[in-house]
Amino acid sequence: MGKSAQRLLLIENVSKEYGTKVVLENVDLVARSGELCTVVGPSGCGKSTLLRLILGQELPSAGEILIDGQPVGPPSSDRGVVYQRYSLFPHLSVLENVTLGKRLTAGFFARFQRSQAFDEEAHFFLEKMHLWEHRQKYPHELSGGMQQRVALAQSLIMKPRILLMDEPFGALDPGTREDMQVFLLELWEHFHMTVFFVTHDLEEAVFLGTRIIVLSQYYSDDRGADCDGRGARIVADYPLARKAASTAVKELAEFGKLIQEIRRDGFDPELRQHVSRFNLKHEDSFQTLTEEEYRQAYNRNNNSGQG
Amino acid sequence: MRRIPQLWGIHAAPSSGVRLVLGVLPFVLLTAAYLTIAHIRLQENPREKLTPSVSQMADAVKTMAFTRDDRTGAYLMLADTASSVTRILIGLGAAAVIGLFAGLTMGMLPGMGATALPVVTFLSIIPPLAILPILFISFGVGELGKVMLIFLGSVFIITCDIYYTTKRMPREQIVKALTLGATQFQVLFEVVLPQVMPRLVVSVRLCLGAAWLFLIASEAIASTDGLGYRVFLVRRYLAMDVIIPYVLWITFLGFAMDSVLRFILSRLYPWYETVQ
Repeated sequence: MGKSAQRLLLIENVSKEYGTKVVLENVDLVARSGELCTVVGPSGCGKSTLLRLILGQELPSAGEILIDGQPVGPPSSDRGVVYQRYSLFPHLSVLENVTLGKRLTAGFFARFQRSQAFDEEAHFFLEKMHLWEHRQKYPHELSGGMQQRVALAQSLIMKPRILLMDEPFGALDPGTREDMQVFLLELWEHFHMTVFFVTHDLEEAVFLGTRIIVLSQYYSDDRGADCDGRGARIVADYPLARKAASTAVKELAEFGKLIQEIRRDGFDPELRQHVSRFNLKHEDSFQTLTEEEYRQAYNRNNNSGQG
Repeated sequence: MRRIPQLWGIHAAPSSGVRLVLGVLPFVLLTAAYLTIAHIRLQENPREKLTPSVSQMADAVKTMAFTRDDRTGAYLMLADTASSVTRILIGLGAAAVIGLFAGLTMGMLPGMGATALPVVTFLSIIPPLAILPILFISFGVGELGKVMLIFLGSVFIITCDIYYTTKRMPREQIVKALTLGATQFQVLFEVVLPQVMPRLVVSVRLCLGAAWLFLIASEAIASTDGLGYRVFLVRRYLAMDVIIPYVLWITFLGFAMDSVLRFILSRLYPWYETVQ
């Protein structure tokens, strides 16, 4: 591979069906450590399903998901998660929420002996989140933005290999939301985190990501137009330049242009791209086509003389 | 200018003073009505037993509560209260502990739930008073029979309630705990258990009324002491001067137990009300 960052997450040929409903179909993805991978797609495309599969909360119907070369098992401390809601435990104070992971994994006696050390570690993270003075409060006494910062601290203290975020800022008002986006970028740089960020907000995805993945059920293949049981696939995959972490970039023309392009790639039911022509511009992206799809793509390329 | 009505209609916004007066009013009316009726009846017939005057009831309370009984040498009302409250605390306490663990494990462990839920649902529908004879036959007419009635009358209801509370727990909470390194055991007892505890207190509060019903019923049928036993004993002599204070006392005890549970809820689980 010859790349400095290692391949952390490998998703190959993954499909997920619920009964007869196909949600994900033949999803292929490689993510490297240090990436801030944002995932967008029209509603109902299975973004959250993909996240649950990586989390190990559900098993794929087909295909493989590897983290550091190991197949994923049930949820464990190598994958952190921040949800839109329910990330915090309502019966614990802010400080207890943040130290919970440390206490749970410490062993019966160590959790009492080392509680001082845990509090100090939590102090570091809560300082970073500007929340130390709120440590005694319960989650319901905090604003939405503060709650999500506690949830970040709670996950980060466990130093997960990858942090999965499921529309974490979806319930916040626009101002708080932008603050949290900038804040997340600061944390990402500071802690060299690997983040897998699911959102339905294209602007947020383009602003945050070092890479944007578009998951969509709006594409065409050779099953005919009347086939409506298509599961979502990755229809576009762009590398994004890491710009200065200022929300000013959202005003730039190219920012808007990229958003328009992505909207065409995956959000328009009228505009369906063929499987063999997905906008997979990221150097790590790959596709495992079915034999039939491969033959079609081969013929098309030869006939039109494209490489 | 339009005024917000104090009393009538769905827009009414009674002030706290008005609320207090409104709340006290029915009690005052009931007391006044009783006193009037008692006065009239006692004037017609001084030996009237059905509507004792306040001083007659005070005399009866003095005999029952503050004078040693000739035969047993005990303060009867105190002894009755002690044995009745003990029965309720043991019966309901055991039901709470067992209901908590049964409901929690049924809710969290699908295998356990699949096995136990149908039978628990079935058992919870059996009217406990209908099996009172069975209980008296199998556990005897002593303490165990009565405690068992209170226990069986509440344990299945509490179990079901805790089961559904556990089931309602957002899946995200459990996954989140696992990503923080929790074992399955820890998820059960450090994440889910503390969160269903306040619901257990609520559940016990709701079962209190039924528990008193079962207690009085079993004491009425076969007992040698207890508040229910006394009420049904003196019924033979039409001793309303004892019955009425006893009923008021039972009501007060129920109210006190409920208040203690409410206090526990707000003191130990301040986060609970707002999360609901």
